[in-house]
Amino acid sequence: MARVVVDVMLKPEILDPQGQAIAGACSRLGFEGIDQVRQGKRFEVEVEGEVDEAKLADVRRLAETLLANTVIEDFEVRPA
Amino acid sequence: MTARVGVVTFPGSLDDKDAARAVSLAGAESVPLWHDDADLKGVDAVVLPGGFSYGDYLRCGAIARFAPLMSELVPAARSGALPVLGICNGFQILCESHLLPGALTRNSSLRFINRDQVLRMENTSTAWTNAYDEGQEILVVLKSGEGSYVADEATLDRLEAEGRVIARYVDGNPNGSRRDIAGITNEHGNVVGLMPHPEHAVEALTGPSTEGLGFFASILGHLASGTPAQV
Repeated sequence: MARVVVDVMLKPEILDPQGQAIAGACSRLGFEGIDQVRQGKRFEVEVEGEVDEAKLADVRRLAETLLANTVIEDFEVRPA
Repeated sequence: MTARVGVVTFPGSLDDKDAARAVSLAGAESVPLWHDDADLKGVDAVVLPGGFSYGDYLRCGAIARFAPLMSELVPAARSGALPVLGICNGFQILCESHLLPGALTRNSSLRFINRDQVLRMENTSTAWTNAYDEGQEILVVLKSGEGSYVADEATLDRLEAEGRVIARYVDGNPNGSRRDIAGITNEHGNVVGLMPHPEHAVEALTGPSTEGLGFFASILGHLASGTPAQV
């Protein structure tokens, strides 16, 4: 069993009110110098056997079909 | 013959009974459709109701999009043949299915909104809006946490140029939707997505008005006229 990680982030031009709320909490908690926070999702996908190019291509297809909405989100696929 | 309008129930649908009641009040026969049956039962039109299908897991509407029923619904809707109204979660499902452009994201306030809401009707030539007058203001219900409509500027410009914004929020933007958009339609005018709830504004006893009934009267008018919707 091997693991592939998919990181999904809102596209830069999409407003992220959750990230903004977290950034607001940072300054209230005394964490200075934090300009911006953007919140995303991380998926850990367990695959059978070795992670080769074909497996990564499968997970990439899964990411664009289901894990991410490419209208508003970007994603990155990498072996864990 | 009485028009038959299907109302889909997904796991987590909330407003399917209200939608079915609105369909009946408008004078059509409501037909229950089940997400797990790839069978549209020969209905003339479909309502995707509000709620939290699949618990809103992953993204609102992202799992419902792949329900067996949707494999029948999506091609029929995309071709322009089958009228489909998506309300709230139904609108989210239509966007996730790419039957409508853009996406619905978290309200800019981060708060769930539950209130009466005035809309201005803009495109009144679709299958679901033809009973309204252009510019008419209607009072319905807004209740959503992820109701902020977003799309890239080119898509928004195209929607505006083609008259595909069917309704806008009036008296302030409640949720951060781009260009105050409350609802849009596809290029054929058969698929309409609306974030607020017309099915909760169909009876004086329970709603803020009865002005939501027009969406359901519209589909009867559309089906009776026998002509495809035109934008």
